[in-house]
Amino acid sequence: IQMGLAENQVSFDLLEDYLEKHPEASSTTHNFKENALYQDYHGLKSFRQAMASFMSQIRGGRATFDPDRIVLTAGATAANELLTFILANPGDALLVPTPYYPGFDRDLRWRTGVKIVPIHCDSSTNFQVTKEALQSAYNEAVSMGLKVRAVLITNPSNPLGATVQRVVLEDILDFSVEKNIHLVSDEIYSGSTFSPDEFVSIAEVLNDRGSIQSESERVHIVYSLSKDLGLPGFRVGTIYSYNDAVVTTARRMSSFTLISSQTQHLLACMLSNAEFTENYISKNRERLRRRYEMIIAGLRRAGIECLEGNAGLFCWMNLGPVLVDPTREAELSLWKLILKDVRLNISPGSSCHCSEPGWFRVC
Amino acid sequence: IQMGLAENQLCFDMVEQWMNNNPSASICTSQGARGFKDIAIFQDYHGLPEFRNAVAKFMGKVRGERVKFNPDRIVMAGGATGAHETVAFCLADPGDAFLIPTPYYPGFDRDLRWRTGVQLVPIECQSSNNFKLRIEDLESAYDMAKLNNVRVKGLLLTNPSNPLGTILDGNTLRSIVSFTNDNNIHLICDEIYSATVFDKPDYVSVAEVVDEYLNNANDDGEGDDGNSNGPRPTLNLDLIHIVYSLSKDMGFPGFRVGIIYSYNDVVVSCARKMSSFGLVSTQTQHLIGSMLSDDDFVDEFIAANRRRLAERHRAFTGGLAEVGIRCLKTSNAGLFVWMDLRRLLKEQSVEAETALWRVIINEVKLNVSPGSSFHCSEPGWFRVC
Repeated sequence: IQMGLAENQVSFDLLEDYLEKHPEASSTTHNFKENALYQDYHGLKSFRQAMASFMSQIRGGRATFDPDRIVLTAGATAANELLTFILANPGDALLVPTPYYPGFDRDLRWRTGVKIVPIHCDSSTNFQVTKEALQSAYNEAVSMGLKVRAVLITNPSNPLGATVQRVVLEDILDFSVEKNIHLVSDEIYSGSTFSPDEFVSIAEVLNDRGSIQSESERVHIVYSLSKDLGLPGFRVGTIYSYNDAVVTTARRMSSFTLISSQTQHLLACMLSNAEFTENYISKNRERLRRRYEMIIAGLRRAGIECLEGNAGLFCWMNLGPVLVDPTREAELSLWKLILKDVRLNISPGSSCHCSEPGWFRVC
Repeated sequence: IQMGLAENQLCFDMVEQWMNNNPSASICTSQGARGFKDIAIFQDYHGLPEFRNAVAKFMGKVRGERVKFNPDRIVMAGGATGAHETVAFCLADPGDAFLIPTPYYPGFDRDLRWRTGVQLVPIECQSSNNFKLRIEDLESAYDMAKLNNVRVKGLLLTNPSNPLGTILDGNTLRSIVSFTNDNNIHLICDEIYSATVFDKPDYVSVAEVVDEYLNNANDDGEGDDGNSNGPRPTLNLDLIHIVYSLSKDMGFPGFRVGIIYSYNDVVVSCARKMSSFGLVSTQTQHLIGSMLSDDDFVDEFIAANRRRLAERHRAFTGGLAEVGIRCLKTSNAGLFVWMDLRRLLKEQSVEAETALWRVIINEVKLNVSPGSSFHCSEPGWFRVC
């Protein structure tokens, strides 16, 4: 059974219902030609506006987004790579808290030549980043002769399925200011938090601190509809940057990875329908929460505990107590057992560079 | 008036009619919505099989069924822009170089070089032979590069050519393939204008040269006269790659359908993994997969596209001829003409060309593209779409 793929399948009925009621969302019914010819790397204005308002709605209106700061890319995969190309040179380093999405090893490093230096987190702080861990990672990079260019966080976190606490966000932002580096916040699970109030976006933190330019111009947010809307096939990624130079450069670079205009049109219609989006966001959250609670309860009955999560499409399960010894090898042999005998495909913590053995991501 | 953008707008009526008759090709219609979920969730970088099959079939039909394309060698990219960059990443390291005949599409300066760190070494072509690439020029550019310690990794050809609108004859193409083969460098053929060949001579794709070679390799080595021709040269297919897109042939630049077709398994595998950075939206894959599997539609489209392009070209060049303006006479493809305004230049220099260009933009109010932007070695030529 596939439990290794973070796909959101709980809310397709809502999408299909929308499509049935809104034939204008198909570019085939009008302006096909205009749409098929549109290849401007700025992206459809209507789509960017719809994205900006959708992102704001997800954050309960606590942050607003300027459509002209939205750069479109074919998926968050492309967005993260693109930002890395812009913010770092080959041989430079990005600091990334562990455990992190395994795809980053390829997306951030492959063609860019940039290195990842992990910020180690463990269960003693519920895997939340600490000031010490940040400094430690920075020192490690420096000792390897690497120039640190940015901290890249995923909030809500994959694989933890938990939001980053406000105080931690403040610490990370302060750290970035102190070291004069960038802060990339991958918020692709922002619409998948179980309750509307628990997610704090870096956008809100900047707002609350008075939107000081020297702070905000180092902040960039990555978003996508692959997780929140369950549309990974459509390749809809965005970069939201508070830095004009980054916006301009990213926009030009997006030529290598634009979003199909057909898809831009469809989503512009869908996401500018406030009634639809509000309903979708709240129902999606509710269904994800119920699923999560069901899995957690079931696991608990079997004596298995998970990290207290409040977001995402998975849970971070602790099989530490069951390990033969607290080592990566023991974790991997347990994983093989689960794969072969129990026939469940789940992801071992070591694949996410988790420094504490025994944790598994279950979708 | 915008005459600087190579867009194919000639056959939208046919496409729109097809869309109306085939509602299930769109996942937004009630007929198509049934498949919505499966398509929306599909993110496999191999691409939808019906998409790859349909594109392979289309590419074969565009070449008059003279060759067949293997759907498993079809890799997606973010438009031809993304395809070129990906091929460069796969084949070259920072500092390596590709040879490229001038005049060439200005976008290559960015697409092939920006993030890859790869260089371009131009091979200057002259109007004296209608800007056709000469093997001796190819050889001397290659030798010169080597002399300067530039690591040449391959040759990039755009055939049919942008901005010339010309095609390479079979013999020249075969000689080029021999050259790259003998020197063990890659050959990348950008064939994105392949369906815009509207007049004789017939188009010869590099795929046909490959096919010819493979068919001959299966023979027992006997020539037409019944005598053995001796050992045939071995063609290393691992050096041959095609870049394609639906932006020009079908007029769908907004859909970002870029294709890499490589005869090299390692390149296919690497490019496929890299395609994660620029996959085609499955909504679009589904639409294209449906549309291009409709044989009748495709046959009609290809024929109508050619006919209409031919008419436009005739009308345009005819009109220009009436006022004494000549265009490259060997052009039989593309979405543009290569106009010769050398006689109108104050002097044969780039500055004079630029001055003339400004006059055309500011006073005549036509946005045309000056030859210098295409790195043309001779001032006075302009591309008009």
